[in-house]
Amino acid sequence: MRRLASFAVAFALLAGPAGAVNPDEQLADPALEARAHKLSRELRCVVCQNQSIDDSDATLARDLRIILRERISAGDSDKQAVDFIVARYGSFVQLDPPLRLDTLALWFGPLAVLVLGGIGAVVYIRGRSPARAGDLTPEEEAELAEMLKSDDPSPLDRAR
Amino acid sequence: MKRLLFLLPVVGFLVLLGVFFAGLGRDPRALPSAFIGKPLPAFATAPLRPGDVGLANVDFQRGEPVLLNVFASWCGPCRVEHPVLMRLRQEGVAIHGLDWKEDAAAGMKWLNERGDPYIRAGNDQTGRTGIEFGVAGVPETFVIDKQGRVRYRHVGALTPDDWEQKIGPLMEQLRKES
Repeated sequence: MRRLASFAVAFALLAGPAGAVNPDEQLADPALEARAHKLSRELRCVVCQNQSIDDSDATLARDLRIILRERISAGDSDKQAVDFIVARYGSFVQLDPPLRLDTLALWFGPLAVLVLGGIGAVVYIRGRSPARAGDLTPEEEAELAEMLKSDDPSPLDRAR
Repeated sequence: MKRLLFLLPVVGFLVLLGVFFAGLGRDPRALPSAFIGKPLPAFATAPLRPGDVGLANVDFQRGEPVLLNVFASWCGPCRVEHPVLMRLRQEGVAIHGLDWKEDAAAGMKWLNERGDPYIRAGNDQTGRTGIEFGVAGVPETFVIDKQGRVRYRHVGALTPDDWEQKIGPLMEQLRKES
């Protein structure tokens, strides 16, 4: 029973999201296949653009998955294999864009907006003076004192 | 000064609005090639026409600007652009063709039925040659300069407008380059 349960748990853990990878594309070596699988999730499919090549059913995505696996089987490092595809399709295919001069806005743009907004908020809050009662003339002071003393429910009417 | 500061977010919003509005009309597939300014990688394909030579990267280093048109008989927009290519060929524009992801017989049948606008025509049955220079689909047209460098990548059917407004003037400019 216990063995059965551990098998069940093991199988449950094995069942990840399968993506669009067909069994015939997969490498026999599980370590290499795992590397290829991880890399293919970081590469954008240029046909569908919002999917990784791992998720996409486009034939070009399939071609690129196979090329990725060929490179890895041929002994490429992860970086070399990704660079092979980036050299052909441009940095656009990297779903995790590298930090470069032309990607600075992408990386730090949101932070810049947050900082600017923060500065704006600070300036606004500091500049806002607390609501202040206007100074009253002596006549008004007297009138006010009169009103406060009175029990009349409509002192304003009487003052007029 | 303070008034100007209050206008700043409005100005920012209007700028963003302008950027997004300009982006509405842009084709998200029209990415620049990773090879802009660089020569085509070395390749040599099988011939498309029986008994012909295929297409190789050295065919693009003949001292004249040339178009590289990637097409396939299974591709809808290719039907739209084919008459444009035929017309350009008649006008003396140099065009090489790469038949992508189909066997040569299918590509040849297409040319027999519709006309053959290409000087050199290669067949890329697996699609691997196109992948070497970043082809994402068909049709795609690359403008190659006199030195064999990629200067422009056009994604989708080549319309008369595309030719008159962008690619024709670019070819003219490349012809004048030394």
